[in-house]
Order: sequence, then C-alpha cells, then structure tokens
Amino acid sequence: MRNKYSLFSLVKNAFSYHENWGKAWKDPEPKSEYDAIIIGGGGHGLATAYYLAKKHDMKNIAVVEKGWIGGGNTGRNTTIIRSNYLWDASAGLYDHALKIWEGLSQELNYNVMFSQRGVMNLAHNLQDVRDLKRRTHANRLNGIDAVYLNTEEVKKFCPIINTSPNIRYPVLGGTLQRRAGTARHDAVAWGYARGADEMGVDIIQNCEVKGIKRNRDGVEGIETTKGFIKTKKIGVVAAGHSSVIANMAGLRLPLESKPLQALVSEPVKPIIDTVVMSNAVHAYVSQSDKGELVIGAGTDDYVSYSQKGSHDIVEGTLNAILELYPIFSRMKMLRQWGGIVDICPDASPIISKTSVKGLYFNCGWGTGGFKATPGSGDLFAHTIANDEPHKLNSAFNINRFVSGDLVDEHGAAAVAH
Amino acid sequence: MFIINCPYCGEREQSEFKAGGEAHIVRPKQPTELSDDEWAEYLFMRKNIKGIQFERWVHTHGCRKWFNMVRDTSNDEIKAVYKMGEKPPAK
Repeated sequence: MRNKYSLFSLVKNAFSYHENWGKAWKDPEPKSEYDAIIIGGGGHGLATAYYLAKKHDMKNIAVVEKGWIGGGNTGRNTTIIRSNYLWDASAGLYDHALKIWEGLSQELNYNVMFSQRGVMNLAHNLQDVRDLKRRTHANRLNGIDAVYLNTEEVKKFCPIINTSPNIRYPVLGGTLQRRAGTARHDAVAWGYARGADEMGVDIIQNCEVKGIKRNRDGVEGIETTKGFIKTKKIGVVAAGHSSVIANMAGLRLPLESKPLQALVSEPVKPIIDTVVMSNAVHAYVSQSDKGELVIGAGTDDYVSYSQKGSHDIVEGTLNAILELYPIFSRMKMLRQWGGIVDICPDASPIISKTSVKGLYFNCGWGTGGFKATPGSGDLFAHTIANDEPHKLNSAFNINRFVSGDLVDEHGAAAVAH
Repeated sequence: MFIINCPYCGEREQSEFKAGGEAHIVRPKQPTELSDDEWAEYLFMRKNIKGIQFERWVHTHGCRKWFNMVRDTSNDEIKAVYKMGEKPPAK
C-alpha cells in the first residue's frame, strides 16, 4: 500500500509536523468509459466499488457522487451496528456485515473505530417482552449472540436507566447483543474510498447524474454534470434519491423517501458505555468518542427530500429520553439534522438486478442501513460482477413485491419504522 | 414542520395531520383479472417524486377528514389543497 498507516508512519510524519501526509484518494476527472459505474459515494457505494476491485478484479470502475463522499446518510446516521434481526434472511444479511466489521480496520488499514460495546433493546409492555424473547431465540438459532435481560439486569448493565415501575412506560426487560456496537461513520467512507482508490477505482465527486441512457438491450451510460460516461453496468446506491435515478431509467421502485432525524448533545464525560434502543418510546442513545450523546429520532410520515424533519418528532424522542434517563435533563443539544431514507413497504432492503440489463439497485435500507455497509457492498459487488445475486441477498430481490415473498421486518427487527 | 390549510378547518400545525401517501392511485376496476405484476404496481410501486407531488392527508387531530395536497417535496412548500373528489389544480 502506497501510504500504509502505522505507528512508524505516524512518528515519521510527526517530524514534518504532519504536513506531508499523502492524499488518501485522488480526485480524477471521469474517463470516457468504465466497465462499471457506481452511482452514490456513500459507505455502501464505496464499499461496493472496493469489493468489485478486490474480489471480482474489476478495476476500471468509477464511483460518481453529486456532493462529497460520505456527505449523505453515511454522515447523518447514529452509527449503530447490530445483527439481531428476526427473520433468517435478515439475520444472514446483517450478520454477514457484522462479521466483516469485526476485521474491517485491519483489512482497510484504516481505523473505523468499531467498538463492540453492545446494543440493548428495551421492552416496555408485555407484548414487547414476548416479541423480544422470541427474537432472542430466533437469533440464537441463527448463530447470533443474544441474551434476554430482566429489569435488574438491564439496570446493572446500564445503571443510568430509570427502572422505576412508576414511569409511563416502565422497563420490563431487554435484549442484549454484545457483539453489536458502533463505528465512526466518516471513517468507514474514507477507509473504503482509500482502499478502492488504491486499486485504481476513480472516485469522482461533485458529479451529479442527470440521466441514464439505455436501449432495448440494456444500459449505455450516464449523463452527468461532467459529461457523458459510457458503461455497460450501473450500480445505483443512492439511498433517498434511488427513486429519482430509477425514474431516469423509466423504472418505478416500491420506495418512499422520508426525513429521519438525529441529534447530538454537548460533549460530556463518559456516562453511557453501550447503545440503548427503545422501540416503544422511540429513544435511541449512545455516546460518541468525543463525548456527545448521539440520539436517534423517528421518521416523518410524509415524503420529503428536504433533509429536515418536524420539530414534534424531536420533541417526542426527547420526552422519552428524559423519562428513561432523568440524569440528562439539563443536557443541551448542540446539533440536529435530517437524512432522507428510502423505505420499502416491508422495511427490508433491495439488493437486486432489475428488468433493465446492466442496471442494478441497492436501496430501500430505510432507517437502518449503516450497520450493513460492508456486507451490502460485498453482496452488491457480487451481484453486479456475476449478474446473479449471492445466496445471502437472493431474498432481497425486487421481484419479491410481485411474488409476495416479503421479508417483513416492520417491528420484527425490534425497532420502530 | 409546516402549516397546513385544512379545507375544512383552516390553517393548523402539521403535527395535527397524517400523511396518506401518493394521491390519485385508482383502485383496479376488475381486481380478479389483475396479474401479479399489475398488483405489485398498484400496491407497492410509487412515484416518490422529488418535486411537485400530489398526495393525500388526513386531519387526524381535527376534523378527521381526508383531503388532497400538492406539495413540492424538495422544500416542503405547499402549492395547493383541495377536497377529495375535486379535480387537481392544473400545473
């Protein structure tokens, strides 16, 4: 690797006041033709390019991004990683990703700050308790670590939670996946970009796709703000804007794009060393390495591309946070933002070929795509390179909306959608 | 967050309303004769437009009536509101 990061390189660069580090990736102008083009330079798109180059020997490829890489939902999520999904197909998909996460910093020679601090999902009523116990058993049958905790065990694992039986939605128990945790979202995009660039992938920023040229046999290329680029294979990983790209190719997708909000507090000393998610009251909280509380709010119910959500959504989330964690009552929130998430009717993603030859879609991740970044890239690369899905993503084809074989993770994934 | 001019109640906060998705999707006249593809198109496929979109809303915490709205989804600007059964305004 050209610029291998190590303790030695750190010391060496310290002598020149860290002013001579090489660029992590080039900033090339597009060539006239590529073997494949990935639309969307977020974590999933960059990971797709990385695995296309690494595992499928496709080096003459490009990633085109309308803004800057990692500037969309990759930079806007709450960085939670877990694989405790109910259905077999989802468990396979998300645990595939989690296994890659476990070795990702070493593989990329880039510290993605993956921290297996555990993710706890709380139960607040009897149905939650039944659902979470069922999911724990399902997870174990699929080889995914999961334990059910009673109220005392929840309190022991995260002492700042208010477990009083007198609150509106008392904590009746919870599940814990210890292998789950968080990672640094920007580092994931940057690490994959650097790795892909190293193998010859062109990462083209500030290049917006304006049209997709196709004929009866398949795709011919893309029209962009930097001109026409010829290609026979297009992988679309455009998250909230997937439908916009699909419309350019004359396709319709089963997606609705909605704002999902998150917010962070002022930084404080370590207070919560795990991730706690609560479905029923919709309060997700963890603490970043900088010390900010990272709080995930809900989605609005209307279609919007405006990257801002409703105030009442944030208010509802903070109400729930305050009831569960009275200690946060005087915390000040620093920043709030919205990302546009593309939600499928069954709350599961689409990693699939389409009716147009050479056009592939990786979309529909909705509110929870970050955790799947490495696995999604790996499986989408396989699908593009072989023109066939991998067995782990075959259930996530677009035809399931015709056959009715849905992967219904609404609620089953233990989060509210 | 925005203010919605309910055709029955006047201007109210958006938090009183619920969005009901794309409007003017016509229910199939002969459901028994639909192919699986046509069902998928009717049930699941959506335009999901970035720009001017026609959609349904309901004033959940008000008159509880359904109505239609024309909204620019790129900036949430409401262009028109009209009652169910009325013709959508020309662009």
